[in-house]
Order: sequence, then C-alpha cells, then structure tokens
Amino acid sequence: MIHSLRTFRRLLSIAAPFRWWMALSALLGFLTIGSSIGLMATAAWIIATAALHPPLGELQMAIVGVRFFGIGRGVFRYLERYVSHQTTFRLLARLRVWFYTALEPLAPARLMQYRSGDLLSRVVADIETLENFYLRVIAPPAIALAVGGVMWFFMAAFDRRLALVLAAFWLLAGLAVPVLTTWLSRRLGPGLIGLRAALNVALVDGIQGLADLAAYGDQARYQERVWELNRDLARQQTRMARIDALQNALGALLVSLAALAVLAAAIPLVHAGQIDGVLLAVLVLATISSFEAVLPLPQAFQHLSSNLEAARRLFEIVDAAPAVHDPAAPAPPPVRAAIAVRDLTFGYAPDDPPALDGISFTLPQGHTLALVGASGAGKSTLVNLLLRFWDYEHGQITLGGRDAREYDQHEVRRLISVVGQSTYLFNTTIRDNIALARPDADQDAIERAARQAQVHDFIASLPQGYDTYTGEHGLNLSGGERQRLAIARAILKDAPILILDEPTANLDAVTEREVWQAIQPAIAGRTTLIITHRLIGLEHADEILVLRQGRVVERGSHADLLAAQGAYFRLWTLQHQALELLAEAP
Amino acid sequence: MKPDKRLLGYVRPVRPALALAVILGGLAGLLLVLQALFLSRTISRVFLDGRALDEVLPLLVALLLIALGRAALLWGSDLAAHHVAVTVKTHLRERFFAHVAALGPIYTRGERSGELVNTAIEGIEELDAYFRHYLPQLFFAALIPLTVLIFVFPLDLISGIVLLLTAPLIPFFMALIGIMAGKESRKQWAALSRMSAHFLDVLQGLTTLKLFGRSREQAETIARISHQFRDRTMSVLRVAFLSALVLELIATISTAIIAVQIGLRLLYGRIEFEQALFVLILAPEFYLPLRLLGTRFHAATSGLAAAERIFAVLAIPLPTPRADPVSAPALPASPIRFEDVRYAYDGGERPALSGASFSILPGQTVALVGASGAGKSTILQLLLRFIEPDAGQITVGGVPLSAIAPDDWRAQIAWVPQLPYLFHATIADNIRLARPDASLEDVMRAAEQAHADEFIRAFPAGYDTPIGERGARLSGGQAQRIALARAFLKDAPLLLLDEPTSNLDPETEALLQDAMHSLMQNRTVLLIAHRLNTVAGADQILVLDGGRVVEHGTHQALVVRDGGVYRQLVMAYGS
Repeated sequence: MIHSLRTFRRLLSIAAPFRWWMALSALLGFLTIGSSIGLMATAAWIIATAALHPPLGELQMAIVGVRFFGIGRGVFRYLERYVSHQTTFRLLARLRVWFYTALEPLAPARLMQYRSGDLLSRVVADIETLENFYLRVIAPPAIALAVGGVMWFFMAAFDRRLALVLAAFWLLAGLAVPVLTTWLSRRLGPGLIGLRAALNVALVDGIQGLADLAAYGDQARYQERVWELNRDLARQQTRMARIDALQNALGALLVSLAALAVLAAAIPLVHAGQIDGVLLAVLVLATISSFEAVLPLPQAFQHLSSNLEAARRLFEIVDAAPAVHDPAAPAPPPVRAAIAVRDLTFGYAPDDPPALDGISFTLPQGHTLALVGASGAGKSTLVNLLLRFWDYEHGQITLGGRDAREYDQHEVRRLISVVGQSTYLFNTTIRDNIALARPDADQDAIERAARQAQVHDFIASLPQGYDTYTGEHGLNLSGGERQRLAIARAILKDAPILILDEPTANLDAVTEREVWQAIQPAIAGRTTLIITHRLIGLEHADEILVLRQGRVVERGSHADLLAAQGAYFRLWTLQHQALELLAEAP
Repeated sequence: MKPDKRLLGYVRPVRPALALAVILGGLAGLLLVLQALFLSRTISRVFLDGRALDEVLPLLVALLLIALGRAALLWGSDLAAHHVAVTVKTHLRERFFAHVAALGPIYTRGERSGELVNTAIEGIEELDAYFRHYLPQLFFAALIPLTVLIFVFPLDLISGIVLLLTAPLIPFFMALIGIMAGKESRKQWAALSRMSAHFLDVLQGLTTLKLFGRSREQAETIARISHQFRDRTMSVLRVAFLSALVLELIATISTAIIAVQIGLRLLYGRIEFEQALFVLILAPEFYLPLRLLGTRFHAATSGLAAAERIFAVLAIPLPTPRADPVSAPALPASPIRFEDVRYAYDGGERPALSGASFSILPGQTVALVGASGAGKSTILQLLLRFIEPDAGQITVGGVPLSAIAPDDWRAQIAWVPQLPYLFHATIADNIRLARPDASLEDVMRAAEQAHADEFIRAFPAGYDTPIGERGARLSGGQAQRIALARAFLKDAPLLLLDEPTSNLDPETEALLQDAMHSLMQNRTVLLIAHRLNTVAGADQILVLDGGRVVEHGTHQALVVRDGGVYRQLVMAYGS
C-alpha cells in the first residue's frame, strides 16, 4: 500500500510538467458533464414552470440556457478531447524520453537479464499503458470531484439532506462498487493472468515446436493440452465476467436508486412548502445526469492498478545502479593505443565463480593478441571490461599507460571498434547503419569502408543500393552480409583499437573464410584483440592466450603452442580433422 | 459497420444465448421507459396535485422494483453476451490452433511463429469486445429507440416526429465519419506502430549505439519523433473529433428542442405536464443506444483487424489426408526410393528439388552433401512428411509413401534437427517427447548414451530442471544432446540427422560426434553431413547440386573423380 503510494507519487512527478494541460482538460471535462446536467435541469425547470402557465417572458432566460447547454455540451466535449489527446501525446513523449534517459547509463550491464526481445516489448507496452495515465486514471476522479462539489452545493442550496442523500449514492457507486468488485476478483485476476501466460507458453511450444511434435507423433496429445488450457481460461473468464456484469448492473441500479431516494427525500419538503414544487423534477433529472461523472470511476480503479503495475516494472528496471561510474575529473584521452592487463579478477555476482581469474597480458600498440577458449571461458567478460561496460575491482587494466577507470567511459569506447558475433542492424537504410560509426561521413567515405569490407558490390546490386532498408522490417540479410556491414562500420569508425569478438561464430565454413578475408584490411596498423574458439587466422597473432574457466592455461605464438602439444594443440586437432583427412586423399 | 459474415458463422451455435442477451437487454430497455413513466407520474402528483409521501408510496415502491428488475436484467443480458463471446473465442482458438498445426512446420517456421501465437492469444481476445458489446448493441440500437417511440408517439406526436427525424442522422453521420476517418485513422495507427517500433529498435540496439558513442543523443531523437507524430496526429484528430461534436450536438440539441417545444405547448395547455416530463426524461435515453453503438464499434475495430488475420490463416487450404491409408512396411526390410522427386517452396516460387532420384537400402548410412540451398533439408522434410512432393514419388518397400498415414510412418523415424526445439517443461519431459510413457530409468539411459547425463546432473534439480524463460537456458551443444537423447529413447529403425555445424567449442563437438556415431549403429541413417570425416564413413554419399543428385558413391570413389563436384567440395573445404 505504501509502496503503491510511492509509485503513484513518482508517476505524478513524471506527469507534473503537464499539470496545466491536465487542469485545462479536467476543467473542460467538468464543463462537458456540467452542460448535460445543466441541460436536463433547465429543461425540467422549463417544463415544470410552464405547467403553471406563467407569461412566456418568465421562460425566456431558461430557453436561452437550454440552447446554451445543448450547444455547450458538444463544444466542450470537442475541446476536451482535443486537449486530453494533446496531454496524452505529450505524456507519452516524456515517458519515453524519461525511460530512455534513465536506461541509457545502465546498458548493457544492468540489462543482461532483459536481453530477450520479449521483455523489451513488455517495456514498450508498459509505457503505452502509462501513456493513458492521465486520461484513464487522473481525469475521471478529478472530473468527478469537481462535478460532485458543484452538485453538493446545488443540492445543499435547497436542503442539506438532499445533498447528503446524493453524496451517499455517489460514494456507493464511485467507491463502494469498485472496492467490492476488486475484493471479489482479488483471486481471479492473478489466476487469469497466470492462465493466459500458461496458454501463451503452450501455444509458443505448440507452434514453434511443431516440427519436433510432428516428428515424434505427439501432436494430438499436445493439442489436447492446449485445448484444456483454453477451456480453463474460458471458465476463469466467465467467473470474471460475473463480477464485471455485476459492476455494470450495480452502477445502473444506483443511478435509479439515487433518483428514487432524492425524490423520496424531496417530496416531504415540497409538501411542507420548504422547497418549490417546480424544483422536484429539476432535482431528480439533475441527479440522474450527474452520474455520468461517477460511472467511469470503477474503470479508473482498474486502470489505476494496471498503471501502477506497469510503473512498478519500469521503476524496477531504471532503479538499478549503473555498473560503471565516470571519474569526477577524467584524464585526457590516451595517446598510445596500448593495453595492459594485470592480475584481473572479476565475477558478475559475488556468489558466482569468477569469470576472470588473475589474467595478465600486455598488448603493445599495433600488435595482435588472441584469446582462445570454449564458451564460458571468460573471453567476452574481458571485452566487457575493456569497453568499460562493467567496473572491475581486483587487478588493473591500463590504456595508454593509465588505469582505464581514470578515463570517461565514452572516451574509452571512442578508441575501440568492435565486431561482435551478432550484429544489430537498425530499422533504417544500409547507409545509415554504416554511418552510425561516424554520422558526418559522406557517401565516399561510406563506400570506401564498404569496399574494404567487401560488401560494396553486394549493396550496389540491390535495387535501392545504399538506401535499402535493413533490420526487422526491411531486407533480410544473411549472417555473412551482416558481419561485413559490421566490419564496414568498424573501418569507418577508424579507431586505433580493434576487438574481434567471435565475428564468425554463426557462419558456415565458406562464409567464415570470406569474412576473415574482409577483416584483414581492418587489422592492419591497429592494435587488435581477437576473441575466438574457432582456431582460424591465428597464425599472424603476436601472442595467443588459451583461457579455461577464467584462467590462462597456455600462452605463446601459434607455432609455439602447436609444438607444445598442449590444450591449444588438442583444440586445433579436433577442428582440423577434416583437413587432415583431405591431406590423405590423393 | 456491417457485421462480418465469417464471424457471424461462429455465432450460430450460440444463437440462443445471443437471443437471450438481446431479449433481456430489450426488457431492461422497456423497464427504462416504465421508470420514466412512474417518475413523471410521481413528480406530477406531488408537484401539481399536492400529494404527500404516503400517497405516492405505491409509485415509489414500483420504482424500486423497476430499478431492481432492470439491474437484474442488465446483469443477465451481459452474462449471456459474455457467454456468446467466450464460446466463440474458445471455439475459434481451437480451430485456429488445429489449422495451424495441420498446416505443418514448414508453414509455421521462422518469424511467422511469433505472429501466429500473438494472433491466437491477443488477436482472438480482441474479439471479446465485438461479441460481448458490439453485437448485442446492434440490436439495442434498434430496439430501445423503437420502444421509446412506441410510447412517445401516442402521447405526443410532435416530439415523436422530432425523435424519429433526428435518429437516422446519428447512424448517417457515423457512417459518413467512418468512411472519412477510417482511412486516415488506419494511417495514423500505422504511424503509431512505426513510432513504437522505432522506440523498441533503439532499446534493442542500445549496446550498439553505446559502442559507437551515439546513445546519449537518442533521447533527443525519441523526443523529436514523438513530437512530430503528435503534431501530425493532432492535425488529423482535429477533424476527426468534429464527428464527435456533430453526434453530441444532434443528441443534445434535439433534447433542447424537445424541451423548448413541449415547454411552449405546456404553456398554452396543449399537453399535460406528466406527459411532457415523461418525454423529456426519455429523450436522452432515446439517443444513448445509438451513440453507444458508435463507441462500441470503435472498441470492436481492433477485433475486426484481428479477425482479418485469423481468417487469412484459416483460409489457407490444408492437404487432404488419404481416405484409406495402408500401413507402413517394416523399415528394416524395405528400401526407400526417391523417383524424380520435385518440390518448390512458397507455392512453386522457390524450387528446391528438381528431379531427385536415389535409393537408401536398409541398414545403410547415407550422407547428403552439397552447398546450402542444394536441397538437403528438403529431402529430410519430405521423408518426415512435413511436405509432399509436387511431382515424382517416394516409395518404401515398393509402397508409395503418400499412401501411408503420416503418424504411422513417423513412428519408425527418429529425427535430430540442427536446432531442436526445447519445450517449457522439465529436461526429463523434453527427452520423453520421443516416448511419453518412458520410465525415468529409460530417460536417464538415453541421456547417458547422448553424453547429456553429466550436464543434466550438474543442475541442482537434475532431470526435473525446468527449461525455458523461467528455467535453465541450455547452450546449443546441450540442446543438441537432448535431441540425441530423444533419438536414443525412441530407438527407431530410420534415423534422420542434421549434423551440428561447427559453431560449438571443440570439446562439445567431440562429445556430440561420439554420441552421434553410437546412435548411427544398426539403423538406416540419412544424414546431412557438414564434416568430411562423417562423410567418409558413410556407405553412400549423395552429392546434391541445384536440387538434383549429381554424384553418388563412396568417399574413396568420389574423391578421385577429376572435375567431380564432390572433389571440388572437398578441396574448397580444405583450402
């Protein structure tokens, strides 16, 4: 409860810059409902007064009023929708910028667990839920309060008891009904979400695993399972529908009862002459119309809880502390692109075994060093530390002679180009995807980089050339093409240090060879770190480190290591069985 | 706004429930009219006749009963409508899943699978609003105004005429707006989803942006794109909202007109107060169902879009099963023959096999070799009956494969794909896929043979470790060993194997190779080979190129053939 309150306050503070927009929108919402109450009340007054056959003049004002309210209702409604949509779009933009700004320093260290696309889509959906925070959560109670206040004074002007009766029914419809339905559905809601998730998982399995199910003859059995979950969901939804329907029915009932109660309370007052009989119809019709402000409240209640849920998930993500802190007074960027690692020990979590355990090496400017080992040996961890995605505590990394922690993390990354094992391409043109590395690069520079990466001819062969869209909604590129684009990026960036983090991990043998060829020009003249478990292209490395479980188990040149007949030799033999076999062939 | 015929087809079995929803809702509408009647009578008696509370008590009691009855009717009507919706959704989801499953793995593979799941869950849920709210409202929008008119006409002809004349304006304007705004708003939704896609794109590529020092400036880009979108949308909405203005005005101004004209006639004694008040109370109720129809249609539109996606899938024809399948011949004694088999994906768009002929003898190990796209996987898919040949035929012991029921045939096959699918279940259950009734001992023995036992036991929960989002994530090499364990457990006479490509570390690869080779003993094996030492051990090598078998024979025979495709392949591999 306290927690929800804090979440709610934080949400309000995000929406705070739009408070005047919200206030204006709520005012217009109030005037919209106010107009229909005014319309019905004035109309009732006209009829009741006319029944007493006064001169026409007495009705003139009210007739003008009725017309005003009739037109006002439409106009206010129009303005209210306009302003509330403006508010919503502003809020959406702010939420996105807020979330992105908070998330940016956390990437990628604190987002490891959110890497799957599903969770990021979830984030996008959560933000879209919150976009309606004003419209669905804040506006209904704000408008209800304003209308309720005015109604109270209107009724109390005739008799306080009437105001009390109306207030009681307002509270029942606006507060007791949502509390009751929330209480009734307290167990159903989570059950429904759980069932839906279970059905989702079953369908994902049933559709993505269809080939495996079919091949092993389990389709029919599986289909029965999906149908069973589907029927469970239907049953649960029916239970939920009973409560929903109850909420609507109670809403309708309370409007009628309120009218009846106000009528019953007013009759003795009219009979006793305490209030004018003309007003009886006015009071009843005003009461009925006023419920337009109360009936959306149960909905707002539900939206409140889904908004709090969404906000809680987002806050949880952005509340993580950044993994890396920049020094207060960063050192000037290094001049020499030399790397030295001394006694580096690092674990992602205190309880986990260290991913790196006492690693040391030096990589002088312009040299090439290779790290070799199976997955889980700690190779990628070292890259993450070099890129300053994580901070280290034990041991030291020096860049150009200074501890890497003394630089601004941006400056460190400026020095390094990375070609990783999977390349993310944005939903934009090939040109923009390459130019990411240097936004001010002209077409010549981009083409030169693409040529060096041996991808220019391929791009030129596309109907739209460099303007072809890539990424999820564009052209589907093969693994080799993506990697060559990544190399083009790295060449365009022209940083003094190059890290190749398993750039051919997901490619077939032929493509692997071609990509390595494309990489060669990028290596020339740069300080290069090669991370790989494929023992290819390592003949020219100045030094090779063989890692196992975070430790260096062997080091030396390719020739030295082969001669030593140790771990490297065994890896090499395994991978080159096919080649040996070829040597036997005539 | 016309109801979709295909959707209505699904309503047929629950028509009684829909009728009940409409009848109860209609009765609730009738009670609304009675409530207006009794309210105006009570007010009139007290106001004009000076009656006291106890004198109008029966009227008040009647009002109370009407209110209770109306609430009960609304509750019942809503529940009946829900019954319609939930039945249709459940039925539709069953049909959809069964249809997708029958379309087979070739249809569902790749990126399409995510969309299919989404349609099956969210898409079908979106139809809820259509069936539960929109469909009954179609009837209410006709019934309730009609009921009101029936009561108003005899009492006050002029007001009746005002109502009757203005009522058609609302559907008319709604349709007009629907036509005008429909296209625009669809364009807007497309723009909105593009904007969301951009945001997601930036989030997914955040690490890349950071590597290139471009991440901080993205906040401005996001803001700029959002604001551009807002400005564009608002200029459209400014016009679209005019529709709301017009509808609102028709209802409120008509009410105002009725109020003024009956007020004036009342002034001159041409109408009774009680009747005048009755008409006034009913006027907004007359327009409400018509306006609600618009709102509910709007809420149902996303369901209609989902329906399009659902019916597009359901419209894809299924392969017709053989009426009188023959039983599968026992494989250990039956050769498999491909006779001039042709197949093209995407309805003939992408040819994969163009006349493949070869035979596999019982007990043989046959290796398929060739560049990617040569047709190797197509052959496996044909044998798995995921697809059927466009031309030519496959026979087993002389019996055409197409005459055998697929499940019957597959009972004799164990399949180890390149990327096995792991289900959201325990490791033991994932292996048990091959034989649902297998004991844990059998499962463990199979895992041992697949060299999977060791890593499985390393998990704290061992064989009971759940796999999937909330459970353990297995590496590629581990997943492949689970697939091998499945094949060991199934112990089928024909093994179809897609050899793991070499993106694993050498130790894992060695384990896999070893398990694979012991699995291949004593069965007929057809394998897609990626490693030359596997190929060299095969009894027969089929070299595929451009969808045909261009060479076949043993390694020794093929490797010495000058200018041969196999020889070239081997050379390319080693260079």
